[in-house]
Amino acid sequence: MPLTLASRLIPFALPDTEGRLVRSEDFAAYPVFGVIFTCNHCPYAQAWEDRLIAIQRDYGAAGVRFVLINPNDPAKVPADSPEQMRERARAKRYPFPYLVDSTQEVARAYGATRTPEIFLFDRDRLLRYHGAPDDNYEDPAAVRHHYLRDALDALLAGRPPAVAETKPVGCTIKWRTTPS
Amino acid sequence: MRIEFLYWEECPSHEQALARLREVLAEEGIRAPIEIVRVDTEEEARRLRFPGSPTIRVDGTDIAPPPDQPTGLSCRVYLTEDGRVTPLPTKAMIRRALRTLRARGGA
Repeated sequence: MPLTLASRLIPFALPDTEGRLVRSEDFAAYPVFGVIFTCNHCPYAQAWEDRLIAIQRDYGAAGVRFVLINPNDPAKVPADSPEQMRERARAKRYPFPYLVDSTQEVARAYGATRTPEIFLFDRDRLLRYHGAPDDNYEDPAAVRHHYLRDALDALLAGRPPAVAETKPVGCTIKWRTTPS
Repeated sequence: MRIEFLYWEECPSHEQALARLREVLAEEGIRAPIEIVRVDTEEEARRLRFPGSPTIRVDGTDIAPPPDQPTGLSCRVYLTEDGRVTPLPTKAMIRRALRTLRARGGA
């Protein structure tokens, strides 16, 4: 089961693609914090990638901070190896840390199942939105409901999002066959 | 004309892709049945040369042959005409492949 709405953020400390340890508490000063499980290989993650980059850039000055976490087992999906993650983060000039969840413990703790899957926390680090970025992975121009942007607007205005939960749409997380 | 639709249940868009294929076949006046193949294991994926879900083949030819995609249970990346990544083929992509392959086969 995924983390339920109004649950408190589960702290984590994971390495980014440059080998630096990133802790969730590093972002304590930001009024809105997004934990986004995603990956390299998945077409849904790729389809939404530019939109997540744009949203981070659009909302960064307002105090929104995302971290991306890749929980996939690279033994099953070589495209999700830390090296390939680093290449992607550099090539796409990610405006957010891209973290390696090699033990998959963070993804399991959050109850994430798909890539991408968003967990958005308010100033008190309570979960206020969980789900997909918007309602159209195929065509950004055809999006009718901008779930993530709407949730950010609401939280920055001190309101709860009108839509607090949507079904995550994407590839299943590629779990290790044997526990680490 | 032999039309195959191969999919992996864990990729969420296969029903949408199948509906899209059916629409294009109807619009093109093609009455050939669709062979729907569910791929459940890596062994099946290897045996069927399955590069990811969904995959559409016409007379054995992939409608968008993947350049270097290995076989396996995964969701498949398609590139639209304007360079966007999408998890399922567009109607235009399906239509173009059907017309090309039909012309080539004389069907």
